[in-house]
This record gives sequence, C-alpha cells and structure tokens, in this order.
Amino acid sequence: MSTHRTLRGKAAVVGVAETEYYKWGRSPDQEFKLAIEAVLGACASAGINPTDVDGFSSYSNDRSDASRLSAALGCKQLSFAAMQWGGGGGGGSGALANAAAAIATGQAECVVVFRALAQGQFGRFGQGPRSRIVSGTAAHTLPYGLMSAAHMFAMKVNRFMHDHGVAQEALRAISLASYAHAQHNPRAVMHGRPLDEATYDASRWIVEPFHLFDCCQENDGAAAMVLVSAERAKDFDHDPCYVLAAVSGSQHRAGAPVHNTPEYASSGFTTVAPRLYDMAQLGPGDVDVLQSYENFTGGVLMSIVEHGFCTAEEANEFCTIENLSASGGKLPLNTSGGNLAECYMHGLGLNIEAVRQIWGDSTCQVPDAQVAMVCSGPMVTPVSSSIFGSEATL
Amino acid sequence: MSMTPYLRPGLAKPAPSRDGLDAPFWEGLQQEKLLLQRCNGCNRWQWGPEWVCHRCHSFDLRYEETTAEGIIYSHERIWHPVHPALAEQGPYVVVLVELAHADDVRIVGNLIGDPHQPLIIGAAVHAVFEHHRDEDPAHTLLQWAMS
Repeated sequence: MSTHRTLRGKAAVVGVAETEYYKWGRSPDQEFKLAIEAVLGACASAGINPTDVDGFSSYSNDRSDASRLSAALGCKQLSFAAMQWGGGGGGGSGALANAAAAIATGQAECVVVFRALAQGQFGRFGQGPRSRIVSGTAAHTLPYGLMSAAHMFAMKVNRFMHDHGVAQEALRAISLASYAHAQHNPRAVMHGRPLDEATYDASRWIVEPFHLFDCCQENDGAAAMVLVSAERAKDFDHDPCYVLAAVSGSQHRAGAPVHNTPEYASSGFTTVAPRLYDMAQLGPGDVDVLQSYENFTGGVLMSIVEHGFCTAEEANEFCTIENLSASGGKLPLNTSGGNLAECYMHGLGLNIEAVRQIWGDSTCQVPDAQVAMVCSGPMVTPVSSSIFGSEATL
Repeated sequence: MSMTPYLRPGLAKPAPSRDGLDAPFWEGLQQEKLLLQRCNGCNRWQWGPEWVCHRCHSFDLRYEETTAEGIIYSHERIWHPVHPALAEQGPYVVVLVELAHADDVRIVGNLIGDPHQPLIIGAAVHAVFEHHRDEDPAHTLLQWAMS
C-alpha cells in the first residue's frame, strides 16, 4: 500500500458515549430516541455543539436515518451520510473507516459513528423468522431448522475446531474473560453476575459447540463516537485517540450462497488483517489490548488466529483466562465485558472501549495502553477491523 | 424412498424463488432427483444458484442431475428452539454435505436418525427425499442418512 493513500493518523476520536444498556425489551425509550441520546452524549463527551456535527456513519441497515438525525438535532448542514453494506456487526469498524475517510478527504468536518438497536422494539436476533413460506437463499436452510445466527456460525466453528484440534476450553476462556471484565464495569448488563468454569460447563447447549455463555446477549441501547481531523483533535479535552487503521472486506467469494464460501472455517479476516496491519504500520505484537466481537466465542477464536496473535494449533495454549485478562494477560480481551457481558450494541461498544483504553478511562484499564485493536463481526461479509493509537504511536 | 418428516411441522415451507433461479432444483427434488447448476461454458458445477458462472462468467448455465451422495463437511446439533414449531422437538442435527460428484459444492440438510448419534466430519452420506406432497406449496426436502 502506498503510504500517501492511507487513513493512518488522519482522524481521531474526540468523544464517545452510550445510553444506559438494557436487556432486550427493557428500554423505556424508542430506538430513535436512544440514537439521539447516544449522539448527544458523544457530543457532550467531546465538548462540541451537536449542531456542528455534519456527518453520520452507521452499518447493518441502522434504522435511525442520517437525515432524520440531522434534522432532529438541528445540525447546520449534512455533509456526509454513509451506510456500510452487510449485516451483523461486520460494519462496526467499516463505519469508522468510512467516517475517517470522509474526514481525511475533506468531505466532512465532524462525523458521528453510531449504532442504535432496540431488539425489544424491533425483534430479537436470537429468534428464527416466522414466515409461512420462504424462497431464495433462505429456502435452502430455514426448512431444515438452520435459522439463527448461532446456527449459521456453529457450522463454521465446528469445522475449524475439528481441523485444528481446538478444545471447548478455549471457547470457555473467551467467555470467562468477558464476564470477568464486566464485573468491573457498572455499565455492563452482566455487572454483578460473575461466571465461573463450573457454571459455564453446566450451562445448556444452544447449538454445539456454543453453550448459553458462548452467545451474545440481546439488548436495547445505542452507542456513538465523534470523529474530527487529526489537526482539530488537539483542541479537545480528551487526549486525541487516533485512527491508525480501519479496513473492511472479505476473502474470495465469502458471499457464496448456501454455505459455499471456499474458505469456510474462517472468521473472514484473512485478507482484512494484512491490510489492517499494513495501514497501521504495526503488527500483532504491538497490540496492547484487543476488543474482538463476540457474536459467539468461536468467532473470537478465529479472529484471534486470523489477526496473527497465535496460530490455530496454538489456540488451546493461548486462549486461557490468564492470557486474556486485563490484569497482566498477554492479550487482554474484551475489557468492558464485550457483547457477551457488557452489551450487544452490535459491537460498537467494542470500538468505544478501545478508545477508552487509549484514554486511560477503562474500568479494566491495561497499564500504559498505546495501541488498541477492534475486530468487528466475524463470520459475516464484509467484516472489518480497526486500530486506535495514542499520540505516541503516530 | 419417502420418509416421515424429520422435524415437527410448522417451519417455513420452501418455494421456488419468483425470479426462477432455483425452480429446477425444487422441481427435481419432487421427482427424487438432485439437480444443480452446471456451466455450459466450462462444464463446472456451482451452488447456490446464480445467474452467471463465477469461474468463466458464462450466462449459459443448465441444471443437471448429480449423484445424491457426499460426505459430511461440517455439522451441528441444535438444542435451543428458536421457532415455536421446535418447542417440543428436542435436539436435531443439521449437516453441510460436500458433493464429490459435483465439484465439491455444498448443500444443507438434516441428518436423519438418532439426534444423539456421533457426528463425523468426512463420513459418507446419501440422500433421502422427504416429500410434503399434500402441503401448500407441495415440496420435497433433501435429507441425508449415514451410508
């Protein structure tokens, strides 16, 4: 990649916020109101007037339309409105990349990346569709009872674990890390609900190899982050948290229908991760803390491998609660509690937690964290990843 | 050979897509034939169906019968019901079958038999046609049994 075509250090996050996080159906507010609350909170965190926001970037067909948000907030103008294609949380870092690109290329000055999702209001992701007749691609899976995200992805994870001899304990460690970190995070829906090995082992299967605690929550809430140019970022209260890299994509024919993608047992990052590190001019050894999207723990396992933190054959040895802990672990993982135990805000909470680590504001702060990475939405297409860094990393 | 439905009734029933892309597949199953896409340009198989061959970009694709045998590429035993029709089902098995006679394309179905049976990647399986002739729309599901 030629160095003049890069997002490295061009934009910075200057404000982040989330609404109160709720179990699905418990939010007193409608989804669009939650979106507004998060945007206003992020602007307050940055210390900017919300009417100065001139861009919105989201993903997964977020229902909170950018023009409606801009009008509702009385923004002076709308300069940029982008929706990252693809479902699931694969666009979490992709929406960030789009926002940073808009700023770097002079399309917009102040862009909010956000995700609002009220599963109580609009339907639970963990339930299958209720249609009487189905056609198209879904007709080849739904009638066989393959009908939820867990079903789509367990098939990939089973093959990966088989191919590389990965044990259930590796998935368990990933789950335990999220729950352990959530116990320090008052925002976490699972705060006050610790998890131990015996409870994990005794928990019911959702679909093998996923126990209940391998699966993300279903929640209501919204999250937002404010980005400006690197030049402007120095004028804000927070120390700038720079976007060192943000890329999205997927490998050859990742979207091949009915489970026919050639590289099947994969989180989908095999082409994304090299481009990420190339843009950041960093490698996995430089990452101080990782936020890796847990739709299901198996996705985290494959994301860790495909981003080069260990090989698939080393996964059993690498994925231990000690190694993944914020207190002294080799690779502190999901330090807010993540999608499993903080909130499933479609993964944008992971990007916010990465920023907090750079700011030194995490409830499970990794000492002297300079480089924080996010892997967004494994196993969907496109997926995306991002790396944030402090001033010292530029 | 026909069989008792593997899953309890009430799940969505498959119908050919309105654009006609997969109609021969569903019609073939009703006649106990597995018809998949094959390219007249490069003679290779592809699945799921598409308007163009992903290898040679020919639009000239046909449906051709292939041997309804394969191996288990991956599998999953599902426990938690995500649909009311499955509330009393108990565990059931979905397999992803690789079809050696059709360039290793993959297809999804249930593995009939004991839902607690060992699930073995690489095990040989053969098709069993599960007819739903009296339903609206009439359709046939493609299921799999250990060979």
